[in-house]
Order: sequence, then structure tokens, then C-alpha cells
Amino acid sequence: MADTLEVSVWRGGEDGRFQIYTVPARDNQTVLDVVTYIQRHVDPTLSYRFACRVGMCGSCAMTVNGKPRWTCRSHAKNVVEQGRLEIAPLRNLRVVKDLAVDMTDFFDKWSRAGGSFQPTKTRHDDFAVVEPGSQERKHAEAGIECIGCGVCYAACDVVAWNKDFLGPAALNRAWTLMNDERDNGKEARLSAVAGDAGCHACHSHQSCVASCPKHLNPTASIAGLKRETVKAALKGTL
Amino acid sequence: MSVRVETLLWLAQRITAAVLAVAVIVHLITIIHAMDGGLSAREIIGRIQGNIAWLAFYVTFVLAVAIHAPIGLRAILREITPLRLGAIDGLMALLCVMLAWSGLRAVFGLYGFAG
Repeated sequence: MADTLEVSVWRGGEDGRFQIYTVPARDNQTVLDVVTYIQRHVDPTLSYRFACRVGMCGSCAMTVNGKPRWTCRSHAKNVVEQGRLEIAPLRNLRVVKDLAVDMTDFFDKWSRAGGSFQPTKTRHDDFAVVEPGSQERKHAEAGIECIGCGVCYAACDVVAWNKDFLGPAALNRAWTLMNDERDNGKEARLSAVAGDAGCHACHSHQSCVASCPKHLNPTASIAGLKRETVKAALKGTL
Repeated sequence: MSVRVETLLWLAQRITAAVLAVAVIVHLITIIHAMDGGLSAREIIGRIQGNIAWLAFYVTFVLAVAIHAPIGLRAILREITPLRLGAIDGLMALLCVMLAWSGLRAVFGLYGFAG
């Protein structure tokens, strides 16, 4: 392993450019460590976003050597190509500055997909008992660990082509709620996720599946939404 | 267009895709078999004319194409062109009619309705 890494980092806004930095190569360093080194030792004006550093908060996603990744859990040695790293902001989101993107669209789409829980009970009712082995619970379980990092959204070509497309994360969230037996917003949510901006626009390329750092399968969640929307359309409740 | 209609269009495209998966294979095997067998055009028409099973198969085939292709092309045009949805829907309705009309005309012509 060479003593240094050549790191190209995106600087500026949408019309910015890559700037090259030389960073010490270490046996154990994440891509986030590399970015942090640049900011603390080379150029304090570099902007980027992170919080937990342990793969929980979903703040630090960037495009690393052309692929969207969570940088805090991506070891530099696993992604370096010929001693080089290229670090850019996430695709499909407006660049605020350097490596920080505006996540507003991403989270607005969660809201538009009916991504908030609609309770059926009040705090005065007893706890709901959800059978762990039920099919619905298993479906919800499969998608519930999303950390909202935006990696799938950046990886999705349909988002790039169709700005209204809700995207894999928002649709995955909708699917977990469709399988939450305590939720009361299913009919409205199905209407929100159907059509060209919703689940039917998905081409099942599975870029989201390939890139999800939590190994979730948003394509399967979207397929579930397609099935449920078809049932609702045939019943006339959509 | 309502989300219900959009969803039903998606369903129609999936159903016709399943029909076409079978129909295209049968069609290809049939034409290769006919060509390999050295049948003349006259012999082929002689077998086709008045054959109700052949008529039913190709009417189904043509209608599946006329439904499947415009819905798929509609999705592609929405993604890669700046055309308004109303314009795309109008064009695709026209394409559906043209595919159905030209295909059925050929099928009924060979069956014998057109003499």
C-alpha cells in the first residue's frame, strides 16, 4: 500500500469542479476519515455532513469512485482504485456546497408517499399485540431498518429520469406502513404511491438493492406496493 | 389520468406481456417451421384460410401488441421527452388504433374475410 492517497473531492456547488488532495494512507481508515483529514489538516473550508460515524444516522452518504456509499462504514482500502479516490456529492440531489446536498426533496417525497404512521388508537388504549410470525410483520421487518441515507435515491436511474418519482426509500417506507396492522392510512397511502410518480414507474433495475448499505430490498417493497395497488384498483378503492 | 387508470394500464401491460411471451415463441416456431418445410405462399394461405384456431391465435396476438406497445412506449416517452402527458396519451391512443387496425386487417385478409 502506498504511503499516500490521491483524493479528488468535489468543491463548489452544481457548477463546481474536482480538486485533488494528497492524504496519508492508513491501514484502517474510512472514506469519512479521509474527508475529515482533508478538512482538519488541509482545507478547513471543505463542507460535508456526518453525525454518528457508526452507520446509524444516515448523514454521511457520498458518491465514492462513482458509486453512492455510506462513507463512515466504507473502508478506504476496499474502495480505492489504483491509489485514487474520487469523492463527490450524492447524485439526484441539489448540491448545497462541496459534499453536502440538499435532502429536502428526498424527505418531502417520504411525506408525499404517506410515510407517516396514522394511529388507530390513543395513548389511553392498551398496547397493540402484533404477531411476530405474521406475514405482514415479516414484510415490515424486512424494510424497517432504513436509515434514510439517500444512497438508494442517488443510485436510482428512474429518479434521474423522472424528477417526480418518489424513489426507493420513500416507497420502501410506505410498504412497511402498509404492513403495519396498527396503521389507519392504507387507502390514502396506496393512492399516493400509485401511478407514474410512484411504484409503477419503477423499472426493477435493482440499483437500490445493490447499493443499500443496510442490505434492504426496496425493489421487493415496490413490487409489494404494485400488487396492493392493483388489488385496490380492481376493487375500485384506489 | 387518475392513479386507478394508471394502475390498470400497468396491469394491462403485464397481462399482455405474459400473452406475448407465449405468442411470440409460437409465432417464431411457426414461421421457422413453415420456411424450413419449404411451403409456398399458396400452400401457407391454403392452410390458414378458414382455420378458426389460427384466426383466434393471431387476433389475440395483434390485440396484445396493440395494448402492450403503446403503454410501454408511453412510459418511455414520459421519461425521455419533454412532451406533455396529454400529447403522449393522444399519440399512444393513435398508435394503439393503428397497430390494431393494421394487424387485424392483415389477419382477416389472410383468413379470407377480405376475399
